[in-house]
Amino acid sequence: MDQSTRKSRILTHTFIILFGLFMLYPVIWMVSSSFKPESLIFSSPSIFSKTWTLDNYLNGWNVVRDVNFGQFFKNSFIISFIAVVANLATCSMAAYAFARLRFPLKKLWFACMLMTIMLPAHATLIPQYTIFHQLDWVNTILPLTVPKLLATDAFFIFLMVQFFRGIPRELDESAIMDGCGVFQIYTRIIMPLAVPVLITTAIFTFIWTWDDFFSQILYLNTVDTFTVPLGLRLFLDSQGESSWGSVFAMSVLSLIPITTVFFIFQRYIVDGIATTGIKG
Amino acid sequence: MESSEIKRKTKLSKDTKKQYVAAYLFLLPWLIGFLGLVLGPMISSLYLSFTRFDLLNTPEWIGFANYQEMFQDDRWLASAKVTLTFVFIAVPTQLIAALLVAVLLNKKMAGVGFYRTTYYLPSLLGGSVAIAILWKNLFEIDGLVNQVLAFFHIEGQGWISHPDYALGTIIILATWQFGASMVIFLAGLKQIPKELYEAAAVDGGTKCQIFFRVTLPLLSPVIFFNLIIELIKSIQVFTSAFIISEGTGGPINSTLFYTLYLYQKGFTHFEMGYASAMAWILVFVLGVMTLVIFFSSKYWVHYEDGGKL
Repeated sequence: MDQSTRKSRILTHTFIILFGLFMLYPVIWMVSSSFKPESLIFSSPSIFSKTWTLDNYLNGWNVVRDVNFGQFFKNSFIISFIAVVANLATCSMAAYAFARLRFPLKKLWFACMLMTIMLPAHATLIPQYTIFHQLDWVNTILPLTVPKLLATDAFFIFLMVQFFRGIPRELDESAIMDGCGVFQIYTRIIMPLAVPVLITTAIFTFIWTWDDFFSQILYLNTVDTFTVPLGLRLFLDSQGESSWGSVFAMSVLSLIPITTVFFIFQRYIVDGIATTGIKG
Repeated sequence: MESSEIKRKTKLSKDTKKQYVAAYLFLLPWLIGFLGLVLGPMISSLYLSFTRFDLLNTPEWIGFANYQEMFQDDRWLASAKVTLTFVFIAVPTQLIAALLVAVLLNKKMAGVGFYRTTYYLPSLLGGSVAIAILWKNLFEIDGLVNQVLAFFHIEGQGWISHPDYALGTIIILATWQFGASMVIFLAGLKQIPKELYEAAAVDGGTKCQIFFRVTLPLLSPVIFFNLIIELIKSIQVFTSAFIISEGTGGPINSTLFYTLYLYQKGFTHFEMGYASAMAWILVFVLGVMTLVIFFSSKYWVHYEDGGKL
């Protein structure tokens, strides 16, 4: 390697590192601020401090009267867990039908499914709300979970159809020879071979549901049903600027589940986005 | 012989029938969801957009009144302007940032995986309420941004509370999340054959020429894809605007995003007919924009295989 390429290489690395640090600085600063005494947070833009404390976490956890953040976390986890399981089950069923089975009106339904991927949720918002309101489901987790049981996240169906098509048909045929029916092919051939796409679906369903704010603010109105994003917003509104330390502490906690999932399944996420274009 | 053939036929059709039934059983959850939660509500919301409806009383038919009212509603006009401004600035800046960093990272060098993760992280976290809260704080009068500016002896101001700058802070937040598009660009860049670069270099092309003559055209399908995705995403921005403006869309409607106003109309004023009409305008505008991009694509998107799927 000659001198000039080495120089340019070092320059590139330096730039990438500095720019990355600049990008992540606010987040790092928030994490460090959450461990600083309230009075020190705004005294300097530095992420270092002479004194560290856990007070922000203790105060923040119990800040809302009668309910603590534990309840919000529990609610968020329940909704996210059901969403993941439901999406895996129902989206893969629909995808299996589209990718492998013959039936009347298949082309029509497939086109409908593709169309709904691009449809903004707002187009169905008001009538959906009316339905759930009439069923008396507002303030329960049902409006947030039942749609997942009905495979309304068409994007994942599309993703799975693409993947299922790549599984060799010879496997199905030999399974039929061995006496497998349509159902056994789904459970014994397709699903076990589709683990990568199932993991991608699970991760993104989890992240999106965990971060979802719009449908949660619509359907959850009483404090005991609140999820983490709603709890944070309530906290910000009720305490406001007076206790940024505790607000930061709870914000940091709220980011831990998705960051953990990200670092465990990083490979699947980056490959998933790269091949399919889904957004994190 | 004839009878056995008939027998075989009926047996076959029995099998086929059985498969049809099985297929529809697999499809059933989606089909119920599609008819009951997508198609039905779509038709119903189109109907509601021609009514006055407050959730509790029966909808009252008022023809095009909701649509007419919109064009005289200052807040509606403001919200349309905010969202369009946002889309036209945030989408290009985000894509350009994503492309530049992707090109920079598209080299064989140590630590690429680590860098990619670093730049992707904001996209992972950015949609959350937590980051919106952080952003609100960063741009407050005594926030981190002004502290850093003070370090350089520049006097900042309350960016969030100033109508000229509030939207800017949300655009910065969106641009900050360029990582997801970047990862897609990186995947696209990997597909470009090395020989093309070598040939271009042999022909004496400069780095700049190679970028515009080789990289950009070959990457255009990916740019097209990212453009559509980002358009759909940014026209529906809600969380950041809601948190940063505390649900108001202020100061002076400067962060009154279209979806935020739709939410206010539908779920705080309970003017659900009006909100439905707003939703249909959104669907219509998004549809037109997508079509324009699709039709324009044949002039600027370059497919190696001539565009055949």
